[in-house]
Amino acid sequence: MAVHPPESRVWWNEPIPKGELVWVTAAFLWGVVMFVMMIWWHLEGRQNLSTEVYRIDPEVFRARVEAFVAQHKVGEEGTTGIPIVRVPPGGDAYMLGRLWEWWPVLELEKGSTYRLHLSSLDWQHGFSLQPVNMNIQIHPGIEHVITITPTEAGVFSVVCNEFCGVGHHQMIGRIRVVEPGRKG
Amino acid sequence: MAAVATGASGLAALAARFRTCPITGLKIEAAAETLIKANAVAAVVFLAIGGALGLLVALTRWQAVHLLGPDTFYLVLTAHGINALLLWVIFFEVAVLYFASAVVLNCRLATPQLAWVAFLLMVLGSLTVNWAVLQGDSSVMFTSYVPMQASPLFYLGLILFAVGALIAVLIFFGTLVIAREEKTFEGSVPLVTFGAIAAAVIAVFTIASGAIILVPTFLWSLGYVRHIDSIMYKLVWWGMGHSSQQINVAAHVAVWYLIAAVVLGAKPISEKVGRIAFLFYLVFLPIAAAHHMLVEPGLSAEWKVFNTSYAMYLAVLGSMIHGMAVPGAIEAAQRARGYTNGVFEWLRKAPWDNPAFSGMFLSLVLFGFLGGISGVVLGAEQLNIMMHNTLYVPGHFHGTVVAGTTLAFMAVTYLVLPVIFRREVMFPKLARWQPWLFGIGVAGTSLFMLGAGTLGVSRRHWDITFADAPLGFEYPPTAFLMLGLNGIFAILAAVGGALYIVITGASVLFGARVGPEGPKTPITAAPAAAGVVGRYGSAGTLHLPGTYVLVAVFFVSFVLYYFVNWRYLSELWPMG
Repeated sequence: MAVHPPESRVWWNEPIPKGELVWVTAAFLWGVVMFVMMIWWHLEGRQNLSTEVYRIDPEVFRARVEAFVAQHKVGEEGTTGIPIVRVPPGGDAYMLGRLWEWWPVLELEKGSTYRLHLSSLDWQHGFSLQPVNMNIQIHPGIEHVITITPTEAGVFSVVCNEFCGVGHHQMIGRIRVVEPGRKG
Repeated sequence: MAAVATGASGLAALAARFRTCPITGLKIEAAAETLIKANAVAAVVFLAIGGALGLLVALTRWQAVHLLGPDTFYLVLTAHGINALLLWVIFFEVAVLYFASAVVLNCRLATPQLAWVAFLLMVLGSLTVNWAVLQGDSSVMFTSYVPMQASPLFYLGLILFAVGALIAVLIFFGTLVIAREEKTFEGSVPLVTFGAIAAAVIAVFTIASGAIILVPTFLWSLGYVRHIDSIMYKLVWWGMGHSSQQINVAAHVAVWYLIAAVVLGAKPISEKVGRIAFLFYLVFLPIAAAHHMLVEPGLSAEWKVFNTSYAMYLAVLGSMIHGMAVPGAIEAAQRARGYTNGVFEWLRKAPWDNPAFSGMFLSLVLFGFLGGISGVVLGAEQLNIMMHNTLYVPGHFHGTVVAGTTLAFMAVTYLVLPVIFRREVMFPKLARWQPWLFGIGVAGTSLFMLGAGTLGVSRRHWDITFADAPLGFEYPPTAFLMLGLNGIFAILAAVGGALYIVITGASVLFGARVGPEGPKTPITAAPAAAGVVGRYGSAGTLHLPGTYVLVAVFFVSFVLYYFVNWRYLSELWPMG
């Protein structure tokens, strides 16, 4: 019994029943498959998280985002007048998270590849792009540059999915994806 | 050991402190027994609090009910995590550690006075952290990610609790040393104790990580430390947060073996493999902090892949070994009893009306299928992009910690009541239903949260209709259905949980005393009919077709579900 000492003191020398040996081998090999799967996806898959990351003063990041908005702003959206920014196809896009908004709204072209710069000005936030369902953690003081290529046109929302205080559930942003060459 | 009495009168006094349990034949020391009782009672009290708060959370996330306001919701969610995930399980684990050392090894508990100090520290810490959360200025969630700051009392309470728990773990090790010195057992320690040792070693690592991060964070909240790096915090915090869940796994697997042994006299199919599986836990589980950092900036892909997979899934291998060894041991014991017809007679004729057994078996199945598979999928580096911080995460850990650990601990309570408290289990008919109600309820909440998470619904979110937000957005209608079903099953789980509290509370306070002849409702299954007892456990004679079928079903589900998720991932926007 499992509450009694093993029958043979040197349990290490016990033979393993064949059925159990088969199972242990299968489970081990399955582990190897799952391990290789992640590495293979880095080589062949198209959805991998970028490791391009910089330390940045939140104030510097804010200034960059504001400059970006001033240069490319095309309109406003929502009850609080969040600027809409049309990003040049293939260019750099910036979005910041702060209590409690994602700022600004981005307008991207379907099929173009963008360098999306993400950071937080205060606490941690969760960049959750819906309904694509792509989720990335955002830290203050760290600029994360992600290369993304929208493959469908439409209106997408950025939910904050890292708890950030009592206004957390009001924190929402937007990415508009338009057909190439068309105004949003 | 200086405390060993050498005189004849000293020996007699020592012997008088022990009684022999009529059910298990184990020698139980009075001080160990009282301490096990104290820790188990504290555990159940915090389970009652944590469970009730959990129901409030589920009823708020059920959008049609939406019970609590936002401030209260975030406060209640913080308190739910701390009480249910930390206080209930760690108090119960201290009881399990004392049981697996002192009781299983027929030994006295090391330094019982110090064990009381540990207990009081843990109680004081629990009250402090709960008090801090109730003040309303520490609704920072269980994880308390910096730079969001709680009141200093919040961190202080956790530190006090951790110091108490560390002392309790050291007392466990001390008891092992005494048992060896005083030769209270022969040969190697039993498998249950071996599993408890794995749990205890992980606990030391866990509590050390907690101290390394919580002490500076406490000083930061007081203004003595200027800055805590948010990534470093997360890495070390999860060295505590995730590893503490691995204590649970090691402890509840030990409990599975314990229940199978006590109820059915089941013997591990291989002592060697079972022990190696626990060693895998010991070596590989502590690197699991990576599971929470897969979509974090600033960590390399190599680091993520190696750590998240426990170095090529070796800890998962440990769990898969136990996943066969436990039902295999049960099947072998049942076949030795004479239930040899067909593939599944042993399972059909298992003691299903014994809540200790049914709770244990449900815990085993739900932990594997819900918690286990979802955990591996969630922990695959790139798949995590689709799941990080969605309801998939609580869906996963309600499958592991609640359907797995909590249900296993509930099941073993039906043994602890007659063996340690020496009380009959009251309301035996209700007790028979209790693991099913709770198990099915929790399985539903786990499953529907996994479903809502697959649809992208955020965890820890008060209002997914975004009614007050500057921009409108709604999750798909199916997500709302999932959260409604989650609420309904949470009610079922709460009914099962409340039954558990009532049954244990009433039995401890008013239950009939168990006499030397053992309890009226037997907790051990009827012994094998004469003549059918076969020797089993040797490599040559073991034949477990039912278990092979069960693990094959598990394996196929696992593989299919794993690749389905990669298929989903391939449809996401390309990113790199």
